[in-house]
Amino acid sequence: MSQPEILNQAFELGYTYTRSTGPVVGRFLTELKKRNIVGIKASDGRVVVPPMEYDPDTAAELSEFVQVGQQGEIVSFAWVKEPRAAHPMQVPFAWAMIKLDGADVPMIHCVAAAAESDIATGARVRAVWADETIGFITDIRCFELV
Amino acid sequence: MKQIAIVAYQQTDSVSDAGAVNEVELIMPVLARTFKQAGLKSAQDVGFTCSGSCDYLQGAAFAFVAGVDALGAVPPIKESHVEMDAAWALYESMLKIRMGHADSALIYGFGKSSPGELPIVLSQQLDPYYLAPLWVDSISLAAMQARIMLDRGLITERDMAEVVSRSRRNAMNNPHAQLSGDISPEDVLAEETYLSPLRKADCCPVSDGASAMIIATVEQAKAWGLPYVIISGIDHCIETHNLGMRDLTDSVSTRIAANRAGMNAGKVDVAELYAPFSHQEIILTRALGLDEGTSVNPSGGVLAGNLMMASGLSRIGEVFNRIVKGEARRGIAHATSGPCLQHNLVTVLEQGENA
Repeated sequence: MSQPEILNQAFELGYTYTRSTGPVVGRFLTELKKRNIVGIKASDGRVVVPPMEYDPDTAAELSEFVQVGQQGEIVSFAWVKEPRAAHPMQVPFAWAMIKLDGADVPMIHCVAAAAESDIATGARVRAVWADETIGFITDIRCFELV
Repeated sequence: MKQIAIVAYQQTDSVSDAGAVNEVELIMPVLARTFKQAGLKSAQDVGFTCSGSCDYLQGAAFAFVAGVDALGAVPPIKESHVEMDAAWALYESMLKIRMGHADSALIYGFGKSSPGELPIVLSQQLDPYYLAPLWVDSISLAAMQARIMLDRGLITERDMAEVVSRSRRNAMNNPHAQLSGDISPEDVLAEETYLSPLRKADCCPVSDGASAMIIATVEQAKAWGLPYVIISGIDHCIETHNLGMRDLTDSVSTRIAANRAGMNAGKVDVAELYAPFSHQEIILTRALGLDEGTSVNPSGGVLAGNLMMASGLSRIGEVFNRIVKGEARRGIAHATSGPCLQHNLVTVLEQGENA
């Protein structure tokens, strides 16, 4: 019996719509494009970075943006010995919760460090920008130790 | 309000790789055993069917629909699905029965996690603008949670190792377990860190498998002549998706759900907790205020095998089994979903008359 012909069709998954990120997430991403980081004031006055659209406790709509710093402090971290293919770095690095100067709530991003022993809770870090910023969370390429 | 009871529960073994077996082939043997246990023939014999699974595990939209093939859904049945652990399918089924739309229900959950990279798949359940594009994996998030607890002196690495050791030893009596053995805390601590501060043993394994359950009104259970365990309470509660705004050292939502489900109305003989990481079992035990009087995770818990989308239902099934065997009179089962115990469901189970 001859080999059956295998039918092939190239397929590229595409989305036929665009999506607006809205006045809060959109503002944050637009500021990232300008290499600037903003947070938002929660109902209890805490500054949340990245900004949330609604307060998780009171459900109030949030709108008061606050300028925050590009440096901050590590609140917690996880040391990735073996980065996964999807990870933003392909050499050992840390995921960290980083409380930026002027913020009250930590954000999660990656931190470049040569070795686990270089990094610690409380360590100071600063944002490293991507060569080209496009209004995406990855405009912050990573944080590095100060 | 009609009392609802569990009459049957079955699960597959937890295996690291089910090989070429597809989801339908995973589910069918479990359903057959569940029907047999209840003395029923098929899904035609229950009033409602609800499943829990995740299309992201199969990598295709509406992949869960294929799971219905395991039921033989002709003639048509009343059927629903949750894109959640099947513990939430149980929750939906209870609502269906309480509304008077059914007297009995079949619930099943399944997951074949082995073909993908589960911790990365789970990164896509996070905030779509701030976290998912970073592909921050589920183990890294749990590792940061553990470090906060270690830094604050709320736990020690030894405490975590003791959880692992107890899980492995308990799992020696669980024929479905994937990881079991006479492992001491010292053995665990001798391991190097995997995703610091976590060791590999602190993390649940990736598993393939399925579980299924049949529930019914107490009247129906009696009519069937089956031993039954009453579900005296069930509730769930979720915390914000912003991990930075949560107290990651506590599980407030678990405590609220347990209080609303009536956990504290009596002694808790047994608790099965869905803690995918060792430190999370400690968080949950403390959040629920459990003491030595409660046997925690006698099955080994999910550190012994984690059937994604079915492990929550399995916790309930494990407590059902203990009560039917007479090892406990009253127990609680906990199910979780989301990063670092974000969303939690608590079920309270009590001995029925002829259980």
